[in-house]
Amino acid sequence: MEKFRFLPHTADAMFQAFGRTLEEAFANAALAVCQLMWKPEKVKPAREKVVEVNGRDLKQLLVAFLEEILFLFETDDFILAKVEDIQIERQESPPGYQLRAKFRGNRIKDEDEIFGDVKAITYNEMEIKETPEGVSLQVVVDI
Amino acid sequence: MDLKKINEFLWEIPPWGKMKVPARIYASASLLESVQRDRTLEQAQNVATLPGIIQASYVMPDAHQGYGFPIGGVAAFDEKEGIISPGGVGYDINCGVRLLKTEYSGSDLKPRLAALMSGIFQEVPAGVGKGRKTKLGMAVLDEVLNRGAEWAVDSGFGSGDDLQRTEEYGRMKEANPGVVSRRAKERGLSQLGTLGAGNHFLELQQVEEIYNQPVAKRFGLHSVGQVTIMIHCGSRGLGHQVASDYIRMMEDTFGTKHLVDRELVYAPLQSSLGKRYYQAMCAAVNFAFANRQMITHWVREVFKRILGSSQGIEMIYDVCHNVAKFENHLLEQQKRRVCVHRKGATRSFGPGRPEIPDCYRDVGQPVIIPGSMGTASYLLVGTNEAEKLSFSSTAHGAGRVMSRHEALRRFRGEEIKRNLEKRGIILKSTSWKSVAEEASAAYKDVDEVVRTSDAVGLGKLVAKFSPLGVMKG
Repeated sequence: MEKFRFLPHTADAMFQAFGRTLEEAFANAALAVCQLMWKPEKVKPAREKVVEVNGRDLKQLLVAFLEEILFLFETDDFILAKVEDIQIERQESPPGYQLRAKFRGNRIKDEDEIFGDVKAITYNEMEIKETPEGVSLQVVVDI
Repeated sequence: MDLKKINEFLWEIPPWGKMKVPARIYASASLLESVQRDRTLEQAQNVATLPGIIQASYVMPDAHQGYGFPIGGVAAFDEKEGIISPGGVGYDINCGVRLLKTEYSGSDLKPRLAALMSGIFQEVPAGVGKGRKTKLGMAVLDEVLNRGAEWAVDSGFGSGDDLQRTEEYGRMKEANPGVVSRRAKERGLSQLGTLGAGNHFLELQQVEEIYNQPVAKRFGLHSVGQVTIMIHCGSRGLGHQVASDYIRMMEDTFGTKHLVDRELVYAPLQSSLGKRYYQAMCAAVNFAFANRQMITHWVREVFKRILGSSQGIEMIYDVCHNVAKFENHLLEQQKRRVCVHRKGATRSFGPGRPEIPDCYRDVGQPVIIPGSMGTASYLLVGTNEAEKLSFSSTAHGAGRVMSRHEALRRFRGEEIKRNLEKRGIILKSTSWKSVAEEASAAYKDVDEVVRTSDAVGLGKLVAKFSPLGVMKG
């Protein structure tokens, strides 16, 4: 199954991410965001970060989740290689969703080429489609 | 939707549906064509639906699709009934441009240009995630957020004269570090004094043409060939996080069901959340002013080291092009205080405005419009007509026409560098990919943008600059 795909967008970057489950699609969206800044497949998954975010709806959850990549990169020099053990749960109170995941990656090194600056994850043209066949997400990030 | 031609450079979409005011687009026929290729006009119409919007939702000549507002979108809101929207400011709060003049000529500099560019590239941290020079503590960061470029000058990064020639004198007084989240501050800590990446750059340029000799002279430009320095950057991760935080808080407080576009989330100006966003935005504005001030200082240090002196390297001006501000504007012969959002648009005050520093008040505010990599940049001067036309605003740059993805497919960074070198322009960058993405062919023709601004009277041409050396993040 294709993990993600970039689409044309004048100023920013737009991608779709896919998964059999919501969790898999979220994890693939994280890889797409990384792809705009570094090559996640080249990063050794030597360090681990536990990520916990919540959102009033799935869109807010997705924004908060993807923002963690930017936050950990800018504040802790952490570059993400892959997402593991991702779980999304519905919450009753306050109503919404909670996400837990493990980020595996490494501290940035001199030889790592960082080729892009993702400023923010936006709601612009965001879509979350859940069908019996799987989930597809569409995200535009500000770069 | 009905798009009416008003004159050669003005197009209007009359209000329909939920629009409270028309959308007005300042563009030549060819610029309009590029605007129609993406969602710019749809976004301008969405802006026209916002509560308390006054007169029109404006689109500047360099506009392109953004998120919420188009980039190149201007809207003013009533102080009492109106709103403030992070989507009308942008994620990169106080992204802006600073222009300095030197007393060198391009030919003086030629033999040392390579050394200067290497020096600047070493001294000014650029790119993403690398090369921080300054590690601040939280207490110092709060000072930066409170006092902006004033803090930088007091800490030895420049002189009081630099502040005189900065929009807001380098400090928005309503800033409140207390409403900036810990997360935003953490992102800012390591990024103060860095250029960043993407479309941000630092250029050595020379004057190619002077259109208005007396005004150019007042701005410190006397001859063709005179070298100038242009710095384009913003508030880095701190500003981005302020925007993201307040978008989320506004959603949680006011919900999202009433919004035509989720990126257009807003808070009433009179609400506590609206006021807090404004104070946090001002803090991010100050961070960006301090940022450009520190970079200015390091550039002067490099000139001193390589050429023996940094004398005569003086500010022309520093403008914000992503900001919301309270300003007095004349509306139906009445002075009204309104909140003007400029997202990818430059303030363009004409002569007499009290916000303009003494040294320029009788000629108007300098307006700095950078081109894309390897192309010309411009200096304009604000006009009094612009008040009626666009709440005193004009374009902010070239504006993209091609996606970064497409640019990467079409161009190679190494080739762009070679082509620039053939023209005698030195390019320094942390990443080839970023060079390819920023290829000038991915942008609109900046010449056409400033011609339109000049013809309409949003900002009048003063001088044109061509690049000698470019540093990209």
